[in-house]
Amino acid sequence: MKMSSLKAIGFRAVRSLVTLLLCVTLVFVILRAAGDPSEELLPPETPPDIRQEYRVQWGLDRPIVVQYLNFLSRVARGDLGESFASDLPATELVMRAIPKTILLGGSAFLLATLIGMSLGVTAALRHGTAVDRSLIAAAVLGYSMPVFFLGILLILVFALQLRVLPSSGSSSPVHLILPTITLALPLAGRVARFARTATLEVMGKPFIRTARAKGLGQLAVILGHALPNAMVPLLMFFGIEIGLILSGAVVTETIFAWPGLGRLLVDSVNMRDLPVVQAVILMITLIIVLSNLFVDILHALLDPKVSLARTLGGAG
Amino acid sequence: MRGSITLEELTVSFNGVRVLHGIDLAIGPGETLGLVGESGSGKSVTWLAALGLLPPKAKVSGRVMLNDRNLLDMPDSKLTGIRGGRIAMIFQDPVSALNPMLTVKRQIGETLALHRGLSGAAIKAEAKRLLDLVGIPDAERRLNAYPHEFSGGQNQRVMIAMALAGQPDLLVADEPTTALDVTIQAQILDLLALTQRETGMALVLISHDLGVVSQVCDRVAVMYAGRIVEEAPVERLFEHPAHPYSQGLMGSLPAIDGPRRRLTAIGGTVPDASSLPAGCSFAPRCAFAETQCHEQIPLLAGIGRDHSVACLVSEAQPSAAIRYSRQKEQRIEA
Repeated sequence: MKMSSLKAIGFRAVRSLVTLLLCVTLVFVILRAAGDPSEELLPPETPPDIRQEYRVQWGLDRPIVVQYLNFLSRVARGDLGESFASDLPATELVMRAIPKTILLGGSAFLLATLIGMSLGVTAALRHGTAVDRSLIAAAVLGYSMPVFFLGILLILVFALQLRVLPSSGSSSPVHLILPTITLALPLAGRVARFARTATLEVMGKPFIRTARAKGLGQLAVILGHALPNAMVPLLMFFGIEIGLILSGAVVTETIFAWPGLGRLLVDSVNMRDLPVVQAVILMITLIIVLSNLFVDILHALLDPKVSLARTLGGAG
Repeated sequence: MRGSITLEELTVSFNGVRVLHGIDLAIGPGETLGLVGESGSGKSVTWLAALGLLPPKAKVSGRVMLNDRNLLDMPDSKLTGIRGGRIAMIFQDPVSALNPMLTVKRQIGETLALHRGLSGAAIKAEAKRLLDLVGIPDAERRLNAYPHEFSGGQNQRVMIAMALAGQPDLLVADEPTTALDVTIQAQILDLLALTQRETGMALVLISHDLGVVSQVCDRVAVMYAGRIVEEAPVERLFEHPAHPYSQGLMGSLPAIDGPRRRLTAIGGTVPDASSLPAGCSFAPRCAFAETQCHEQIPLLAGIGRDHSVACLVSEAQPSAAIRYSRQKEQRIEA
């Protein structure tokens, strides 16, 4: 048991590294294929010799394979290069943006879970009634609304018309409200739909009848018996959703000028600021890989039938 | 004080289709009643309805009397004190009837906390005692095990321990051995009989298996298509079944002594609850059915000591034994 767990963790660590390497390589290739960064960064009228000097300075004149290997060895040492645009280390820009994205993503995640879970469970317990149907309709509306549309709609209503909430920036907690709602509502819709299905499935299980036959009240049955069983599928679902939140954050942060990872990514792509783009992608990949690892470990802890070796893979 | 439980005119409908047509049944303190019938005859529904465990769309009427109180009138908050405490229930497939995410101690402990007011170390000690009682070896260590770490038979033992935890007056065992191996079945039945003797609780054994019922029960009620068609002490029913359906059930049992004979099956199938025949539900399959059987629904009526039957023809028959032989003759002709 202990040995197999260690083996599984080792297996998973190697797999995570390979994932990271693939992402970095993909980004490197695509961005180099998209054009020469010097053309984007320097004004068109720049004399060719200065342009060439610039390219030599940033190593852009070397063969692509050499650039790639240099890049890899620096990444391995934790050095992701300096931003072309601001002369700051790319890692520092990313580190500055991460707390903002975690704040936005985290609060959206909490809000969505709170709304989604309570609506989903309510719908399941009122299965087949008008309450159930209207909650499903609301959920569908929630998750089929594109983030950019919802964000702009909220700005129009709350920032321009009512003038109660700020539309951009991150200087105060109030600035968090609109982007959080924008990011949370579609997610809440998906959570509600999933929680409803998971609850319905669990509530039909024979052990729920046993729990009721034992004399437990409705609340004790739901919290003590249904929820622990619904947790595992929900956990899997949340593991997938983390990636979707990050992609939603790219759009949301751009709309609301929220200085997080997503906005940093869009800005640096626009400016062909390769080191920063690479650093952001690497960081997002790392977040997703780590959160999935976390989900799998949590799954093994929650579900007595499942061992760490099974959730992490590489077992048997 | 241990009270008796009486079902009076219990009816149940799902979506306007009546599946239970007025069940009258009384279980005295410490008594063992067998409830037999084919699947779909309403055996389980009867007791799920009595305890309010059917889904909300089920319409239940009639009375379920326990100590002069009608369980069907009780709000759910009051009923939770009865369920598991006065009347406990165990189910067919113990593996799926136990919660896979919770330890056995937690699941038994819930009943102890709810109905006996125990907590902490007292729960652990009592849960261990119960596991010992139902014959789980190494109970102390197994307390923290999960259902998937037990075999099917052991899970049913855990279910029984859980039911006994509330010290019920009545234990309703709904096909407790159907999902188990034959060798394990006998062990579980012995365990049920043993715990019943030790605790003095009443036992209702729901089964489609006459052998199981004859092994454990004092009295048997035979159900067919949502009605009780015959009720009698177990020996009486096996020797002199009065209802043609009960006779059919007996005829499909192999006899261990006497001449070897061909086992007979009851022809036809159980009618669908949404399209019952106008008269006796069994009439279309009955070898003795007369015109009146197809028009009139027979009521349960006494035909001897503790013996009642719902059949229009059986009263016209002088003795069950004669009819039994007549049925045999017919079989030969066919």
